[in-house]
Amino acid sequence: MGTGIPRSAEKAISSGGPSGLHVPLRYLRVLATFARNSLIRDMTFRVNFLINVASSISWVLMNLGFYLLVFRFAPSIGAHTGWEQWPFFAFLATGLLINSAVHALFMVNADELSELIRTGNLDFVLLRPIDTQFVVSLTRIDWSALGNFCVGVVLLGTALVRMNYVPGVAECLLYIFFLVCGVAIYYSLMIALAASSVWLGRNLSLLDFWFYITTFARYPMEIYQGRFGAPLRAVFTWVIPVLVVVNVPARLLVQSVRPSTASDWFLAAFAAAAAVASLVASRMVFQAALRSYRSSGS
Amino acid sequence: MSPAAAWTIIRISIAERLVYRGDFALSTLMRFLPIVTQVFLWAAVFSALDAAGRPAEVAGFSYHEMIAYYLLTMVARAFSSMPGLASGIARDIRTGAVNKYLIQPVDMLQYLLLHRIAHKLVYYSVAIGPFALVFWLCRGFFPGWPDAATTAAFAVSLIMAFLLGFFLESTLGMIGFWFLEVNSLLFIYMLFAFFISGHMFPIDMLPAGIAAVVRLLPLQYLAYFPAAVFLGKVSGPQLWQSLAVEAAWIVFFAVAGRIAFSRGVRRYGGYGG
Repeated sequence: MGTGIPRSAEKAISSGGPSGLHVPLRYLRVLATFARNSLIRDMTFRVNFLINVASSISWVLMNLGFYLLVFRFAPSIGAHTGWEQWPFFAFLATGLLINSAVHALFMVNADELSELIRTGNLDFVLLRPIDTQFVVSLTRIDWSALGNFCVGVVLLGTALVRMNYVPGVAECLLYIFFLVCGVAIYYSLMIALAASSVWLGRNLSLLDFWFYITTFARYPMEIYQGRFGAPLRAVFTWVIPVLVVVNVPARLLVQSVRPSTASDWFLAAFAAAAAVASLVASRMVFQAALRSYRSSGS
Repeated sequence: MSPAAAWTIIRISIAERLVYRGDFALSTLMRFLPIVTQVFLWAAVFSALDAAGRPAEVAGFSYHEMIAYYLLTMVARAFSSMPGLASGIARDIRTGAVNKYLIQPVDMLQYLLLHRIAHKLVYYSVAIGPFALVFWLCRGFFPGWPDAATTAAFAVSLIMAFLLGFFLESTLGMIGFWFLEVNSLLFIYMLFAFFISGHMFPIDMLPAGIAAVVRLLPLQYLAYFPAAVFLGKVSGPQLWQSLAVEAAWIVFFAVAGRIAFSRGVRRYGGYGG
């Protein structure tokens, strides 16, 4: 209470053991436990797991089928954008990698958070001597979502081969870094929306809203132009930075058709900054939600 | 079933649906958001065609026609989609709730049909606002109202889409009498239906061989056909022929559902409940 020590550190410290290195290690161990328990649970309901994997992969394949049809008619998405068939598939693959990672790590948990808040069972989570946001975000990992991750990897590999492009080590590392930034931005949006159910009550439509927003981000940002497109692109780049999530890493890998410009690098730098800012902002929203939750009593 | 009983069922179902009308309006409007992305995507496709000096049409659809097509499939889906019908029937069978239909002098398929009509009526009354708004905003994509015959054919195709959707999905639900776990099968059906019904793209875009096979299936009538009729892609003798085939499919599934129900009930063990 007003000691100036962040709550999470306070809890970690108070749970015994010296501060410093022990805290991150403890969290890693807890995360490993979450991952293992989730895997055990998923394997217990194996048929369900396989059906989930099969249906999400089928959905992805159908979408790919749709784009294959489109490219039978058109040479690229957008005039002179460089997004021809295989670069575009590399873009889709990037989207798949990010979306499946977010789905696997956070989707079930965000849903659960709304339920916990609604039923009041969040109290039991608050009692635990560990950071609440950490627990609430990572308890349940949905391993079946990684089916799409694998599809993304295969699709990306195929696209790179077809483009005759072998990315350098630096590019690969940057790519992975920006994938993580993308996941961070998506996560921040998701957890902030889920936490806001404290104020907005039954918010089934809010997570739907998240899906719709990420639908915008599934395409190269060049498609947003014109009287309505340009403002849309601006808002979803600079205000709610979902458009940079897939666009920034994808642009790194299509250099052979679409060489990076100065504005691309600026956007990349912005993406990194936006990832940090999103995490901080969502943390603030989360803490505010907890404060409101606690003060509402029951 | 007596008309009085039918009217009571409709009245009760309407009251039940109206409880959730707040959610409706908002979620109906949000259902149009993916269309916004589609509009931009297709604009990008057509501008690429333009830049490459190619004719501005994809499978016979211009840019405006393509967007109009997607909006019209949403109208068709408002008629033909039956959320929870098949899974509800399968669930009732699994939990034993089917018993109530067997004991009472209420025919299950008739009841479900009236129930669904009532739900649709409420849905349309709430959805008409958002739909009208979106169509008005997008009026530039439409070439204007088609002639009376086409409009009439469009209306008929919508009603038939409802009937086909109902009988098709209720028959699917009857599988629950033979297999307890139907949900995975239903999901696979939904997946393919989305792809082949024209919901995702006009069937004309498919390569000729595949398109021929898809046109043999009834799924095209759930989304593609009404939109194609409105846009004049199907007309004249071909139009009446297609409507006749659709009518045949409706009768087929209505009969199949009946047979499945009576065979299933005989086999039914009353598990659960």
